[in-house]
Amino acid sequence: MIKHLRSAADLDAPTATLILDTAGEMAALAGREVKKLPTLRGRTVVNLFYEDSTRTRISFEAAAKRLSADVINFSAKGSSVSKGESLKDTALTLQAMGADAVVIRHPASGAPHRLAAWVDGSVVNAGDGTHEHPTQALLDAYTMRSRLGRLDGLRVAIVGDVLHSRVARSNVLLLTTLGAQVTLVGPPTLIPVDIAAALSPATKVSYDLDSVLPDMDVVMMLRVQTERMQDSYFPSAREYSRRYGLDLARMRKMPEHAIVMHPGPMNRGMEITPEVADSSRSTIVEQVANGVSARMAVLYLLLGGKA
Amino acid sequence: MAQPRADASSKIILSASDLHRVVDRIAHQILEKTSGATGTVLLGIPTRGVPLAERLAARIHAFEGIDIPVGSLDITLYRDDLRLHATRALGKTELPGGGIDGRRVVLVDDVLYSGRTVRAALDALNDEGRPSSVQLAVLVDRGHRQLPIRADYVGKNIPTSLAESVRVSLTEIDGLDEVKLTGGEDQ
Repeated sequence: MIKHLRSAADLDAPTATLILDTAGEMAALAGREVKKLPTLRGRTVVNLFYEDSTRTRISFEAAAKRLSADVINFSAKGSSVSKGESLKDTALTLQAMGADAVVIRHPASGAPHRLAAWVDGSVVNAGDGTHEHPTQALLDAYTMRSRLGRLDGLRVAIVGDVLHSRVARSNVLLLTTLGAQVTLVGPPTLIPVDIAAALSPATKVSYDLDSVLPDMDVVMMLRVQTERMQDSYFPSAREYSRRYGLDLARMRKMPEHAIVMHPGPMNRGMEITPEVADSSRSTIVEQVANGVSARMAVLYLLLGGKA
Repeated sequence: MAQPRADASSKIILSASDLHRVVDRIAHQILEKTSGATGTVLLGIPTRGVPLAERLAARIHAFEGIDIPVGSLDITLYRDDLRLHATRALGKTELPGGGIDGRRVVLVDDVLYSGRTVRAALDALNDEGRPSSVQLAVLVDRGHRQLPIRADYVGKNIPTSLAESVRVSLTEIDGLDEVKLTGGEDQ
């Protein structure tokens, strides 16, 4: 088993499948009366969050607690970081406290890679800048597999702000490893020119959502990340949602079995309409529940064995 | 460390037909001790406990026409030696419909050795529900207990040395039925 989860590219197909299978067992345990497992008793997991996050932090916290690990939450606000402490010094502090795993979210791409060099424990990337978010890709893959029964040969469209999306990058890497065919869809300003080739040569790119929808098993809508946009990438929010937003009319173009995903948080009315988000084909709430199982699987596989 | 020669000292303890007779006997004993297996659930401990539990249920069905619920209980997450080995993959936990609350649970495993697996199974069971009682059926008891645990149904007692290992093969997993004792010479 791997020591860190910094990138979805750290995972080969057998390892990724092992994580998804483990997540399946963890999900089965979520249904019983006592949800807690003694597995990681005495281990310490630090949630090191330099960026705001609700679901990811809570999800990691719930996952670690269900496995009986001790959880220390660290958010940049109200810590020494606001006094100017560097990531390295914070890392050394955590190291001295004996963290067995550090779950890090950071606005700078590559922060988990640096951190892994400074601490002895495992590092789990919970989102770094516009780079990667591997546990989101795992829970997405798990959701697809449990809804559609397979990943191999699945046709997946990832739609919207690919440029700023760490979710898109991790998903392309993981889904390709597991045999799915990914198409990136969005306005040309939000799809980097060589991204398909850089991530995996099998990835396709399209600028026309309507022509892609009829061939898809999964349509994953990305949030338009206005907080990361310094320039204007499209003329107006209305124009964006007319061309790339998923509404009921567009959803009807998808095959009967196809599902709609969104990593959250959603801009309702922008990339997805409320009717689509709340429809039975949307897996958005399921994705949150699966997130806990997927993260339990990752923590177990990283920390459960001999250090 | 000297590699033991292949099959240098292996001895077949139970042949296929011995193994079938032993399973038949345990099935009869379960029927006898649980007054007809009423309110009884068989839970196999992966890996080889699961097909054994299924076989016991099939034999009980053949003898008495009773369908006894069968499930599996994975104990990996409850092991006390997780940190001594590389991470283990999880097995399946599938409780039969109706659960285990208020029922008599018979845990089924292939080999009883230190007793630590059974201890973990009891902990796992405790988190799954509250059975009215718990019993243990094993194909082979090889001794060397490290915990105060004993089996209610034993297929065969095999006195072993710590250097030996007991290898249970079952058709469902290994392609043949047999129990073998190996090793134990040069330690």
